[in-house]
Amino acid sequence: MAELDTSGGGHKKKGPGVKKGKKLSTRVDLTPMVDLGFLLITFFIFTTTMSQPTAMKLLLPDDKAKPEEQNKAKESGALTILMGNDNHIYYYEGQLKVDASNFLSASYNGENSIRDVILKKKAYVRSIAQDPNDPEHDLVIVIKPSSTCTYKNVIDILDEMSINVVKKYALVDIFDIEEQLVKKSDENSKSSSN
Amino acid sequence: MGRAKLPRKSTTIDMTAMCDVAFLLLSFFILTTKFKPSEAIAVTTPSSVSSKVAPSKDFVLITIDKDGKVFLTIDDKQKRETIVNSLNATKNLGLDVAAFKSANFIGAPFSGLASFLAITEENRKGNQLPGIPCKDSTNNELITWMQVINDAYAGTKMDLLLKGDNLAKYPAFKGVLTAFKKNNIQKFQMVTNPENAPAGSELYKKSMAGEKQEN
Repeated sequence: MAELDTSGGGHKKKGPGVKKGKKLSTRVDLTPMVDLGFLLITFFIFTTTMSQPTAMKLLLPDDKAKPEEQNKAKESGALTILMGNDNHIYYYEGQLKVDASNFLSASYNGENSIRDVILKKKAYVRSIAQDPNDPEHDLVIVIKPSSTCTYKNVIDILDEMSINVVKKYALVDIFDIEEQLVKKSDENSKSSSN
Repeated sequence: MGRAKLPRKSTTIDMTAMCDVAFLLLSFFILTTKFKPSEAIAVTTPSSVSSKVAPSKDFVLITIDKDGKVFLTIDDKQKRETIVNSLNATKNLGLDVAAFKSANFIGAPFSGLASFLAITEENRKGNQLPGIPCKDSTNNELITWMQVINDAYAGTKMDLLLKGDNLAKYPAFKGVLTAFKKNNIQKFQMVTNPENAPAGSELYKKSMAGEKQEN
């Protein structure tokens, strides 16, 4: 099919007395070479475009700001998300009740996912909004990672904020009482799964 | 009467030209590919929907590995010199300026920095190094580092990047955040792998409507 013609032009008459050697074809089939070439090209094309890491921006609150200057979250619009060990995630709306009855558990994805919780909260805030121009004004999500959760968990939740277009959220240190609650729930779910 | 015979045309195609093009493209892609330099610190980053490409030069990178150890990379060699000189002046560490300038990353407490710089570049492996202490609030050396870096970059743009491993625990991340806050650094970026917004979510609808992402 594809050959390189290297046999030289014309049929020169050989001089008398020169014996005719058996003529070996010098044509090379280039098809496999082209195949290989394109294979390598596709490999390099893919490797160049795939290794582009992205960056997500995070703004930290100013710790030194006076308490009266800080934004106050309305109880009706506040949702606190707590992250525990082993991809466990918990949340409560408004303020944590003394008996922790509104301390609920969720998951990162699948059934009862944190995304549904956020969306439900969002819908609720919209329904009670007073200012029709800015219906999501009161929605504030407080993210409290416990010391056992991983960096991936934090990024996932921050990512969830941008997926669900939550404008106001804050990464806040966990309170001792919440930390203990998370720890207890983590242990409970561990023992119940065993 | 027999039909006039058409001269039979050969179906062979000369592949030489195609081969030329293929290999020209191949050499182009080989030359343009930037292979990631074998990383001394193994980190698998989480993924996010952010579509902004991470800056690849003039950055200050803080890496958290899976054990929560913190490493520091300063891209600009000129700044490295400023930093090491000011460290030598303020903390009296007596560091080797040339070695510091050529070091790709820093991963030792101040007390062990001189011996860290004595190790050859190839032998500096993230899992064998102590990292910069920052988990303890009383001994957060990253605060000092960030202060020195901030001074060195005063007036110029600094891209502060944070690259954490999936499995790193939150206290290490918090220690880094504390170091940023203490130095009034409120803005930084986290290196992630790109990921598409999940179908049906609000961000997905927005991007379908042609709106650009804010971040």
